[in-house]
Amino acid sequence: MLLVPCPNCGERDQSEFHYGGEAHRTRPTAPETLSDDEWADYVFMRTNTKGVFAERWCHTAGCRKWFNALRDTGSDAFLAVYRMGEEPPRLGGEEKEEAPADEAFA
Amino acid sequence: MSVQAYRLEDGGRIDRTAPLTFRFDGRAYAGYRGDTLASALLANGVRTLARSFKYHRPRGVLTAGSEEPVALVQVGGDPATTVPNVRATELELYDGLEAFPQNCWPSLGRDVGVVNDALARFLPAGFYYKTFMGPPLNWMRFEGAIRAAAGMGRSPTAPDPDRYEHVNRHCEVLVIGGGAAGLVAAREAARTGARVILAEETGALGGGLLAGAPDAVTIDGRPAWAWLAEIEAELRAMPEVTLLTRTTGTGWYDRNWVTLAEAVLDHLPPAARDPRLPRQRLWRVRAKAVVLATGAIERPLLFHANDRPGVMLAGAVRAYLHRWGVAPGRRAVVATNNTDAWRTAFDLAAAGVEIAAIVDSRARPDERLLARAQALGLPVRAGSAVVAAKGRSEVRGAVIARADGGGREDVACDLLVVSGGWAPNLALYAQSKGAIAWDDDLQAFRPQPNGAAARFAGRAAGAFDLAASLRAAAVAGAEAAGIAPEHVPEVADDGVAYALAPAPKPQGGRVFVDLQNDVTTKDIRLAAAEGYRSIEHAKRYTTLGMGTDQGKTSGLNGVATLADTLDKTIPEVGVTTFRPPYKPVSFGAVAGRQVGELFHPRRTTAMHEAHVEAGAVFELVGDWLRPRVYPQAGESFDDALQRECRAARSSCAVLDASTLGKIDVKGPDAREFLNRVYTNAWMKLAPGRCRYGLMCNEDGMVFDDGVTACLADDHFHMTTTTGGAAGVLAWLEEYLQTEWPELKVYLTSVTEQWAVASICGPESPKLAAELFDDIDADPQAFPFMSHTSGHIADVPVRVFRISFTGEVSYEINVPARYGLWLWRLIEARGAKYGLTPYGTEGMHLLRAEKGFIIAGQDTDGTVTPLDLGMRWAVKNSADFIGRRSLFRSDTARPDRRQLVGLATADPATVLTEGAQVIAEPAERSGRTPMIGHVTSSYFSPNLGRSIALALIAGGHGKTGATVHVARRGAAPVPAEITATDFLAGFGERP
Repeated sequence: MLLVPCPNCGERDQSEFHYGGEAHRTRPTAPETLSDDEWADYVFMRTNTKGVFAERWCHTAGCRKWFNALRDTGSDAFLAVYRMGEEPPRLGGEEKEEAPADEAFA
Repeated sequence: MSVQAYRLEDGGRIDRTAPLTFRFDGRAYAGYRGDTLASALLANGVRTLARSFKYHRPRGVLTAGSEEPVALVQVGGDPATTVPNVRATELELYDGLEAFPQNCWPSLGRDVGVVNDALARFLPAGFYYKTFMGPPLNWMRFEGAIRAAAGMGRSPTAPDPDRYEHVNRHCEVLVIGGGAAGLVAAREAARTGARVILAEETGALGGGLLAGAPDAVTIDGRPAWAWLAEIEAELRAMPEVTLLTRTTGTGWYDRNWVTLAEAVLDHLPPAARDPRLPRQRLWRVRAKAVVLATGAIERPLLFHANDRPGVMLAGAVRAYLHRWGVAPGRRAVVATNNTDAWRTAFDLAAAGVEIAAIVDSRARPDERLLARAQALGLPVRAGSAVVAAKGRSEVRGAVIARADGGGREDVACDLLVVSGGWAPNLALYAQSKGAIAWDDDLQAFRPQPNGAAARFAGRAAGAFDLAASLRAAAVAGAEAAGIAPEHVPEVADDGVAYALAPAPKPQGGRVFVDLQNDVTTKDIRLAAAEGYRSIEHAKRYTTLGMGTDQGKTSGLNGVATLADTLDKTIPEVGVTTFRPPYKPVSFGAVAGRQVGELFHPRRTTAMHEAHVEAGAVFELVGDWLRPRVYPQAGESFDDALQRECRAARSSCAVLDASTLGKIDVKGPDAREFLNRVYTNAWMKLAPGRCRYGLMCNEDGMVFDDGVTACLADDHFHMTTTTGGAAGVLAWLEEYLQTEWPELKVYLTSVTEQWAVASICGPESPKLAAELFDDIDADPQAFPFMSHTSGHIADVPVRVFRISFTGEVSYEINVPARYGLWLWRLIEARGAKYGLTPYGTEGMHLLRAEKGFIIAGQDTDGTVTPLDLGMRWAVKNSADFIGRRSLFRSDTARPDRRQLVGLATADPATVLTEGAQVIAEPAERSGRTPMIGHVTSSYFSPNLGRSIALALIAGGHGKTGATVHVARRGAAPVPAEITATDFLAGFGERP
């Protein structure tokens, strides 16, 4: 069971959290102007990254707050957590070399 | 009762003043407190404990611990508490213990299944695979015979009466293994005041030191066993140290989350088990650092008939001598490739066992060992190996051959002690994805610590000499606690450094690699020849290492055999993946207290007591127990349902609606928020008014619905379905926090704050008028889809004029603590109006008469508001979640499944919910196209006929058409497509 670093509560067992999938997918402000393909891309398509991945978590059984995390999906290491609405922090050189940042925010 | 003919005169950590009697295979035996079943049977001269899995060959005791592959027994005859596949080497003896041999019939001695052994060449590797892949009928033909002949113990057949517990703990340092190394590591870590948990698998601390004479070595100037007692006392006196015995580290998961299985009471006679204690505990420990002091596992040697009872590992024989005072034979051959097994030979000789030969595959064993053997007069065969065991059912001798091809020699013996060297026990470490590397000097894999996740103490670190082993332990323990080691024990032993040569290769015959699953070297070679050249494939094809022992003693020999076959090295072949649990854990321990009523907590409403008194039949909705119907004496379920539904439309009925999800939505942007999450418009809903709404996901599919009331311009009371409440709240929070943080809205779940009694029916306005202190109940003055606040007997209430039945209704909300009082008051005041309590089944029926949907019953995540015919609930004015999806090409298709009513041609026929709808009056012989399915179906007492709702392709354009509802084993039922509201023009509607 992972330890998830909640930015508000600190490290807690994974069972207290809800996983929210890929981060930084903003809901289109004018969906009616999008083509079917563009809308389908927003609703259905997600990247499936091996390496550093920006994703969302919610501390459901704790502070109930959503937050973003950078996790290496290969090692399950949490590299950073940051609040909703914030840009992903730049990681130190070493992790970046091992696994290039996800295209969604690179 | 037989005498303990193989018990030594003295010695052993057994209590000779506490004799015990036990039964095995129908016979009574004597043993002592401190024995295991294996040691007591060996003391009694019983050497055959089991029949093997596939060939029914006699099997004895190979080891003295949890790695035992074959000495498996069934414990206890009670169908509720019997335990299969218990390792006799671990089972602590108690008075009255009864154990049975497994996989033999009619008895252990006369087992007819042994015929399989003669047929071995017809049961090759991949037998199951080949049977499955062969002609289809083969498996059917063989299955019965295979299931009867192959197998292990029997599962219990009655519910387990015992109690099990989970324990959750955090600690700084978790030490797994309570041998000398584990104790030293724990002491170093505990010096810092850190919380230390040490888990030892057996009932006693000491590990390998207990498998040697009490004074075989000295540590810090003290004889081994005296030192053990002192360090144990030292640790027990430390308040932050927890010493757990009979506790096995079974799983090492992410971030040092480790499970420990503790057998709390299993070693006691059932009558002596403290009823306050659980039988077993599962500890779930989150540790900052883990020290593995899991010791090492000895590797057997490969030769013909190496599975005969009487073939035992050298370390195990030493343990039986010293820990249990048992010499498991009279005349022994000791076969080895290493220095350590010589100690067993010397100890056997000291115990009076005749040593027929010490057979060492190395040409030049250590001079000191040779000198000692010579001094004791023990014959030595250097540069030789045992190539076969002799004896029809148990060991009667050994065939010794010289490595240089010289002559063969038959030596009589009844004990064949073997050692192929020791391998660090790294199963837990490998589970946690720890790296291991082959060490040619050790002829074993050793840990390659990667970072600070794991530390190794003792033989688990690959340190096989005690001084080095305890030095590694002190360093591991100290570093785990973040300090430098302080107390490195000084050790004095016989000074012979551990050394070994590669294990000698087998010379043909029936050579068993995996004794539990009856896998031979020939099976592995066949697997390789048939293309299963990866160790993972060969494992599955032959079942090597797939038994309850998970190949603890066979893994390395299996890899070595495959490597030899493929002409590769052992590291080139590699090892199979290690997975938890390290050894079998009972389902009871895994389940803990979460069984029966505690399996899943049930929620009950404030009015629950009244429902129980009324004899309600309950059903589970979400986590809630809700009354389904209230049958009266002598009344069937259906009779009760029909009576309740008639009352709701003819007089007056009451429903406990407390379980509906209730969310308080407050803030200046609350209205805008509702407008974005509901499909319909909310900007103009006035305070005091209510509105029904649908919620969709972004894919446009309906997932919940409910009525929301406007309490004030910035304050709303939202209701959701009972089962969807938590999900809706989480979904709303997600959008608020992640997409629209600029909206000023607070959400609070108030489901449990309000108890709700919903009264409905033509008499309900009179009842309501009688109940309310200060609310005008007249349906004209207090119109449909409005709400107000007031009092009943001075208790504040919030009343909603909303209806799920189509009847005049009042949903009366009171603070939850008044719920039961309100229910009883309504029942008392309502009696004269014919008030009838109704349950969820009646609610479902009544709403179906009106054509109201139940999200999750009439919808299934593929249904849009338009499919439901609820265009009136979809706004044009603004965006909402899922709106764009309603205009995707697929959601705009005219032939989508759409919700319609169905009226069967025969009004008495009630359709089956879920039944498939077809267009044709009869099913074709091939595949008949399905055009939809029935979602809800009832017999309506108020209409006197059956009614149903169905999702049918293009259904909205087919009103009046006849479709057919398929049945199993009967002709399809014709039915006409109708509108969904069967009561059109009857009563109120939104």
